Amino acid sequence: MAEKQFKLEIISPDRLFYDGAATMVEYKTTEGEVGVYADHVAMTQIIAPGKLTITEADGTKKEAALISGFVEILADKITILAETVEWPDDIDKERAEAAKKRAEERLAKKDSGSIDVARAELALQRALIRLSF
Amino acid sequence: MPSMIDIKRRKASVTSTQQITKAMKLVSTVKLQKARGRAEQSKPYFDKMYATVTSILKKSGNLNHPYLTDNGSTKKAVIIVSSNRGLAGGYNSNVAKLLTESDLKVEDLEIYGVGKKAIETLDRKGYNIVKECHDMIEEPNYGDAMNLGKEILARFAAGEIGEIYLAYTQFKNTVVHIPTLVKLLPVEFDETAVEENTEDTKTPMNYEPEAEESLDMIIPKYVCSLIYGAFVEAHASENGARMQAMDSATSNAEELIEKLTLQYNRARQGSITQELTEIISGAEALN
Repeated sequence: MAEKQFKLEIISPDRLFYDGAATMVEYKTTEGEVGVYADHVAMTQIIAPGKLTITEADGTKKEAALISGFVEILADKITILAETVEWPDDIDKERAEAAKKRAEERLAKKDSGSIDVARAELALQRALIRLSF
Repeated sequence: MPSMIDIKRRKASVTSTQQITKAMKLVSTVKLQKARGRAEQSKPYFDKMYATVTSILKKSGNLNHPYLTDNGSTKKAVIIVSSNRGLAGGYNSNVAKLLTESDLKVEDLEIYGVGKKAIETLDRKGYNIVKECHDMIEEPNYGDAMNLGKEILARFAAGEIGEIYLAYTQFKNTVVHIPTLVKLLPVEFDETAVEENTEDTKTPMNYEPEAEESLDMIIPKYVCSLIYGAFVEAHASENGARMQAMDSATSNAEELIEKLTLQYNRARQGSITQELTEIISGAEALN
């Protein structure tokens, strides 16, 4: 039996990023990594920087870097409101590399605990995700 | 009666002005189409954002959340979005008027200016301008809006400012642009609008993390998205307003040229008639 599908919409501020049917979508939330199938209980989750994997009806997988936003899950429809989301082809590798270097330098200099360190860690995380494609 | 030369010169100058206004109109038409496309593409995001935030607020009822309550500071931050260039009819002055004609007190306001024109007006009137970031409006992008939003939110969280307003021009359609002043924080929702929005989603919503914590993270995104929305709409409105202004300038020039042509022809005919009369009377005198 074919797996049940749901409608997946990924909206970013400047465009409709993705609109189609999927059987599963995986992403990372503030609570940890999750994978969602159809008929999930209604839920709103906050995105943490991570990899987004969409499994389409025919089994093909699509990946993207999902940096921030939130998800609204309904039984037959999932909407991801993404502040920042990029297909692997759209990622600016050089910029990510530079951001990684910058973040690492900052981390090397500062003592832990300050707000700058937290920010640099987040920046590093984002850069690493972008570079992982 | 002005001489033929004068009229001719005047006509040439009006014609070259008309060429400029015509070209500007064409340019802003193209820019408007682009800007409008962008405004339309970002619409679903804001609608969804608004729906989500209202439904969370409705569900969680009377939360004593910092973003929803007065923090006691009388300072009010205003982000005012206008344009960097003039020649757009009343576009820039209408935005500035939102503040000058509102009942917000001048001494309580801290202005964050995006777009030079409205800031010039407000500066003359003695408003306190804390930051100017004019590049943002040239090519609206979400990153800029996010940075500005974060900066102001941080000041709100620190208690330096008590309210955040956003003044911009709403883009209804090509010819209708409405200058609007909205309050971003503390969040205020129209109760009836909340009812309507959540009526269709009957399933109870769960939150992960809890609603309060989600609110903590969603509200900044909500504020940033409103700022970005204001940027794209203002950008579209600006080009719409300029297109209209240039259109009427072009047709005014057209009218003027017609009038001048008529005057010129009359003057020319007048001089021919005069010359003829002179020749005839000269010939008659010889006889």
